[in-house]
Amino acid sequence: MSTGDGHHGLPRLLAGLEPGGPMSLAAHTRVHGPLPQVPAHQLIEEVERSGLRGRGGADFPTARKLRAVAERRRVGPVIVNGSETEPASAKDRLLLARLPHLVLDGAVLAAGAVGSRKVIVKVGSDAGDAISALEGAVSVRERDPVSFEVVAAPEGYVAGEESAVVHYLNGGPQLPKFVPSRPYERGYRGRPTLIQNPETLAQLALVARFGSRWYRELGTVADPGSALVTITGAVRAPGVYELAFGTAMSDLLDAAGGPVERLQALLVGGYFGTWMEASEAASLRLAREDLRSVGCSLGSGVLIALGESSCGLHESARVISYLASQSAGQCGPCVYGLRSIADSVGALAGGVAEPRERERVLRWATEIRGRGACHHPDGAVRFVESALRVFAEEVDWHANGVCDARPAGLPLGGPAVAGGRLR
Amino acid sequence: MRHRLRVNPIACEAHGLCAELLPELIRLDDWGYPILDESAVPPDLLGLARRAVDACPTLALLLDEE
Repeated sequence: MSTGDGHHGLPRLLAGLEPGGPMSLAAHTRVHGPLPQVPAHQLIEEVERSGLRGRGGADFPTARKLRAVAERRRVGPVIVNGSETEPASAKDRLLLARLPHLVLDGAVLAAGAVGSRKVIVKVGSDAGDAISALEGAVSVRERDPVSFEVVAAPEGYVAGEESAVVHYLNGGPQLPKFVPSRPYERGYRGRPTLIQNPETLAQLALVARFGSRWYRELGTVADPGSALVTITGAVRAPGVYELAFGTAMSDLLDAAGGPVERLQALLVGGYFGTWMEASEAASLRLAREDLRSVGCSLGSGVLIALGESSCGLHESARVISYLASQSAGQCGPCVYGLRSIADSVGALAGGVAEPRERERVLRWATEIRGRGACHHPDGAVRFVESALRVFAEEVDWHANGVCDARPAGLPLGGPAVAGGRLR
Repeated sequence: MRHRLRVNPIACEAHGLCAELLPELIRLDDWGYPILDESAVPPDLLGLARRAVDACPTLALLLDEE
């Protein structure tokens, strides 16, 4: 394994990124060097030493996922899960549209590690820039020992769930299933299948080149390396930024130009995430342990800043209404429960709630948790519980008709900052 | 051997028979869908649990053996 010749400091993934279209293979090779030849077991061991975890939101150790597929026979394709269905996230779209060769390098290396000969990239059919960049990139990669397929699929909030992805590629509807999905056992056409997020594969491509020691030059012991974070809301320069784990939250906001006004709260992890008060964020770093201490997780790497001139209750009502609309429509507690919660939070925000409406929402949230076939309702109720905790005072103000906030314009239903400013 | 109730939320259509037959372990939420007691089914309720499973019109209620 070559080590020590990697670029030190940041950027790593975003090195050489220029405004405009996708980075060419020649430019990509100039920035990162050629695709290395690494024996399968050696690559998995190096990934394990690096401590790399999945960047799609589940934080699963990547080496364990690789090994689970590698030890099986008749392995299916490696699936790049480009369904970035978190509305506020733009990092995977950025990687696919602008740095397709870095992601494909990672997919080719992962395929070699698990014994696969095929790479399928699944991407949302509305992500035209990503689709054309991938098709262009695939057409010039002639030396890879794998075949490529780019599949554009309609998107919805649950379309990115691993079971929904496999189900769709197998020719079924893009819906989660009741039987727990274990793609590493039975995935694409019943074969053991590795599914990875684009950023995870891009990170893997650099670990394979420069080694785990280089990877750990940035970050903390528990969270090594760098991460792509979509920072949006009340900041001067919303966009996708690459930052080291362990970076103070205030430095994260400064990376995006700093707040445009005093902040009251941060939504961490996107719409599947949780609100925290701005004052809580002051002492925290971008690290799993820090975020966990206030009940948050980074999810797919989204940070939304809410300024003091906006109303967290109004914004939360919009988000939960969106999440309710994104139910796959299969499970009663999700379909009716989220709709009822959304209506009630809307009533709380509109100042027309029944007495004890807040308590009713919290009871529903508790009752709904864990009762869907997928985790969509769980994420939605976690979001609502955090909203009612952080914006408890607002609930009282609205009941008394006092709120003069301006809409924050948080992105819903599509990545509003795709192609946004980049550092 | 321990037994546990489980529901397939995709198959369940909120007929509600299970909660009528086994109120000790199953209650309905505000929309008629069952909320199950997730602890092990006590031996004296096992017969009633089996009857509730058999009565489900959509075969959504399951009794798992551990």
